[in-house]
Amino acid sequence: MPRIAFLAQARVSLGDQTVLQDIDFTLERGHIAGVTGPNGSGKTTLLRTLATLVRVDQGRGEILGSDIKGDDIVAVRPSIGLIGHNPTTIPHLTLRENLDHVAKLRSLEPSRVDRVLEVVGLGEVSARTAKDSSYGMQRRLEVARLLLTKPRLLLLDESLSGLDVAASELISALIERTVSNDGGVVMVSHDTDLLKRVCHSLFHLDRGRLEDAK
Amino acid sequence: MSFWSQALEIARVDLRLERRIGDSLRIVLPFAVVSLLIVPLALGVRLSLAPQIGFAVFWALGILFGMQIALRHSASDSRVRRDLYTLLGVDPAARFVGRTISGALLTFAFLLALFATMLVIYGPDLPPRGIVVGPLTSALLAIGLTELGTLAGEVTSDLRNRSTLASLIVAPLAIPLVIGASQSIEALARDTSILPWVLLILATDLALAVAGVGLARPLEDATR
Repeated sequence: MPRIAFLAQARVSLGDQTVLQDIDFTLERGHIAGVTGPNGSGKTTLLRTLATLVRVDQGRGEILGSDIKGDDIVAVRPSIGLIGHNPTTIPHLTLRENLDHVAKLRSLEPSRVDRVLEVVGLGEVSARTAKDSSYGMQRRLEVARLLLTKPRLLLLDESLSGLDVAASELISALIERTVSNDGGVVMVSHDTDLLKRVCHSLFHLDRGRLEDAK
Repeated sequence: MSFWSQALEIARVDLRLERRIGDSLRIVLPFAVVSLLIVPLALGVRLSLAPQIGFAVFWALGILFGMQIALRHSASDSRVRRDLYTLLGVDPAARFVGRTISGALLTFAFLLALFATMLVIYGPDLPPRGIVVGPLTSALLAIGLTELGTLAGEVTSDLRNRSTLASLIVAPLAIPLVIGASQSIEALARDTSILPWVLLILATDLALAVAGVGLARPLEDATR
């Protein structure tokens, strides 16, 4: 597989509003791409497009070797991991039940749930419901989910903001693991210094248009 | 994971959430029971009519509040949860079936409780077979209503007027279910065959199941 993701002249609309236009983007294997830009510039939509959760109206694209508009894109979705603005948890389930649910739907060994809960430091509070857990704990839960599902394309939307050092290190470890396994990572952040330090390529998104920024 | 394992896992989690939140039964059921009590009060001096209208009131309230449960159930399917399932590779058809199983069980439990309450308050003449036919038709009605609610929820997901639109979709399509359910009890009272009415509900349930499973993927793609 030559590259993890690419978009060529892609246009994305939400309702009757064009959010992304003429997007050319490539993510090679083992690479980290950073995307910065002002609020409302379309960063989250770009990540959701790469996650195949938003449709490309015009242009071409491939994610993990599958045509982004083709039927076989369904098969690569389980290899995509997204940590969005808001934690992807089921609020009234406990932290353990959230992970058990994921493990069952992916036919994973139940014992792995215990292991990843310990790795992310949630072992002792796993009986707490997600809604009663702190933001940091919910973020750790997301890392645990991605440790379970081992995505090849990791998409992070401001995922390091508001986290303590230990939780940030967990996400950094997740990024390293994805990259060392020949996967790819796209990070969206307002912290340009961080992106310059970590990423192989840096893009700037402004009013739906993406430019090379490195 | 197989289609049915996915569906059953989603249904299991749905029911666990309902047990914790209690949204459908703890909120809708008391209102329905209060409505059952209000009707005899409205009859005033003609209270002797109550046994004759018991079943009609049950079906009317069962349908109205059953739709509420079905729609509330479908509205609880948040965008975050749907995205999670999409990225986990869950088959949208399995999600439809799973949500229908959990919703139908909830609606059936609601209808059973309402049926028992109606028998106590109205004291209708229940033919001996009614104790079986009532729950049977209630179960089939619950399945149909939930299928409708789940489908309407999918069609209207992310729309601003979702709750209004979903009700408008469900209400007319529920008519065959209402006719089938109410006429099966009528047929019992007249000592005629209930089979055509049961078949009408079954056929509607089946048609909705085929539509729900067949449209699950296109609807998911359309709402992306």
